[in-house]
Amino acid sequence: MSSVYISGLGAVSPAGWSVAALRDALAKEQLLPSTELPHGNPGRTRPLPVMRVPPPNPRPAFLGHSRLRRTSPITQFAVAAALEALGPRDPATTRKIGVIVCVFSGCVNYSRRFYDEALKDPATASPLVFPETVFNAPASHISAYLGSSAINYTLVGDAGTFLSGVATGAKWLLDGAVDECLVVGTEEIDWLIADAVRLFDRTKFLSEGAGAILLRKEGSVKLEAITDENLYHVTGKTAALAEMRQQLEGSARPVDASNPESSRPLLIDSTSHEKGISKEETLLWKDWSGSRLSPKKTLGEGLMASAAWQVVAAADALMNQRARETIVSIAGFHQHAVGARLTVA
Amino acid sequence: MLFPPTISERPHRVVVTGVGIITAYGAGWEKNAEGFRWGRTTFKPVTLFDVSRQRVQKAAQAELPDSIPFGNLSRRKQHRLERAAKLLFCAAHEALQQSAGAQDLAVPLVLGTTSGGMSRGEEFFRAAISAGNSRAGQATRVTHYLAQRQALDLAEAFGIRGPISIIANACAAGANAVGHAFRTVQSGQFECAIAGGYDALSQLVFAGFDSLQALSPTACRPFDANRDGLALGEGAAILTLETLQSATKRGAQIFGEIVGYGAATDAHHLTQPHPHGDAALMTMQAACREAGVQPAQIAYINAHGTGTPLNDIAETHAINRWAGADVEKIRVSSTKAGIGHLLGAAGAVETVACLMALKEQWLPPMTTTVTPDPEVRFNLVPKPMKAKELSQPFEYALSNSFGFGGANASLLFRKFP
Repeated sequence: MSSVYISGLGAVSPAGWSVAALRDALAKEQLLPSTELPHGNPGRTRPLPVMRVPPPNPRPAFLGHSRLRRTSPITQFAVAAALEALGPRDPATTRKIGVIVCVFSGCVNYSRRFYDEALKDPATASPLVFPETVFNAPASHISAYLGSSAINYTLVGDAGTFLSGVATGAKWLLDGAVDECLVVGTEEIDWLIADAVRLFDRTKFLSEGAGAILLRKEGSVKLEAITDENLYHVTGKTAALAEMRQQLEGSARPVDASNPESSRPLLIDSTSHEKGISKEETLLWKDWSGSRLSPKKTLGEGLMASAAWQVVAAADALMNQRARETIVSIAGFHQHAVGARLTVA
Repeated sequence: MLFPPTISERPHRVVVTGVGIITAYGAGWEKNAEGFRWGRTTFKPVTLFDVSRQRVQKAAQAELPDSIPFGNLSRRKQHRLERAAKLLFCAAHEALQQSAGAQDLAVPLVLGTTSGGMSRGEEFFRAAISAGNSRAGQATRVTHYLAQRQALDLAEAFGIRGPISIIANACAAGANAVGHAFRTVQSGQFECAIAGGYDALSQLVFAGFDSLQALSPTACRPFDANRDGLALGEGAAILTLETLQSATKRGAQIFGEIVGYGAATDAHHLTQPHPHGDAALMTMQAACREAGVQPAQIAYINAHGTGTPLNDIAETHAINRWAGADVEKIRVSSTKAGIGHLLGAAGAVETVACLMALKEQWLPPMTTTVTPDPEVRFNLVPKPMKAKELSQPFEYALSNSFGFGGANASLLFRKFP
């Protein structure tokens, strides 16, 4: 079997509109500033703390595309990240590009807006808004912008679904269904989802953005392994996480006995705090003696975008020789634990 | 491990050993086979939510059975299930009963949906904007809005322990789910997979299609020159896919074989297909190429055939181009004329319609189509028809599914044996 590589990265996050901005923010290991979003219910005066993507400066040229001018932020983030991952290229050289977009909550801005309109008076609910409520709108816009007729999936699930998407894209590549494959994780903030997240964990700051990777049969970062989807309902969360770690370490390079600390992989985990939803994952890696990055502690809870930022950060560390091997640990809210291992090609 | 996958050197033949279905025709093979065979229509006023201010008030609403097969789901969790999940459970239970013994249950579950548990999401929103400070029940509502919750509940109820994939490719989602599972079994990554699609009627989606004026104010008449829109429906279909080797070894009942899958993206417009059906043509060609089958060998196409002016003309052009000189040998109908457009469930339900037709050797008619569109060069099926009336053997059936965002998929089935 041929190998699969990550050859391009893209990110839009509360740190800014690039992988470089993401890298700089993660290096500081400090929570970025939050803003307050008014609650959509006028009876609720307490605002919702969120971490928004700063306005782009300059305005991206792609927003002038006819398909993109009416889109909500989730699509704009996804397209920006995808284009950064693709890098500058002559459209004439663009090959058969598969697109996989992964979401947890998806197109909430327009869904909430459209339903509100429909409740008030369905006769005037906007036909321009409704199509943008559909889960696969961002994926469709990416393919349309690229002029690609290749296979295109939108996957919905817990955050580890981003890695399931990477595995699917890798399989398409190996099957010859596509020449390259973009895998994108994207989310947008809305007061409705900010309100929902705080029902489960009041310490979380909802954030937004996107992360994208480009899979090819050549590249500088090798995709070594993606674990099973270890489902919480089968064994319980703690055991599912332990199984994920065992699979990651079982497939890892042996530690150099003469220099054990520096030869350990860089761990990119999905913890945000030591308590709440992150409690089990925090315990899982408590004994980890290697280097570690926890993007959510800087960027907030970006749902599927967070998972994508983790993978982008892991690949970026390898591309910039800050590690020779990285492992990604994703503990979803209620579905699964999934991990991945990447190395320098 | 999800990657690298364990893949066989040679592709496996993939057969269907379990079929579960619920639509406005009812629950189960018999009721649906009877409905598809005679092309009954099922549209009636929607009672699930207020449609009094909508332009169109009818849909093919399914009746849930008095007793939902909840499997091993706890009583507390049973009470939390919303309508789409109940439809999903009914279909899955039937399929899993038929294929009992196939799956060690560490098998993948691949589902297609467009709106998951939308009715719970609507409840969440209405409660969030209502006066008063009570947040009681909000956590449950928002959790059960998420599509992964329905999949997880199903997996827990029936002991499915393999990876879960939820494909949300709009109206092609069900076909993509079946196609994706087909690839998984064909490649040898898994010996068996559970796949299908589900969607329930919801206020948001109904209002959405109405706002687009895509709903027919008269009747859904696919490929009719006077067609004026689609009709919505709801339901679910679940299939157990298995390698032929495994099914034969255990002496399983085989409902049919999946022999081809094509998927492509129509980048023309978010809601309108390319007028010449370019991507649709690609998916039909890809499915047939994989099976090594020529259009002349395919006696029947279960078309996407929504009944909207734009979809049907694009699909007509695609079928005309795909079949070429053999186009008059092809019979085409759309089962949406009887049970409406089931969105994320459509591709899976129409897979079942094709398997029923192949197994029982009849063609599903669409009885509402009276005057064929002049661009149609293939033969429509306007009335019930037995396969023996055809001039060729009815061995292959092709199913098309095209969705918002240009998600296009075709599946090709063969009669077994």
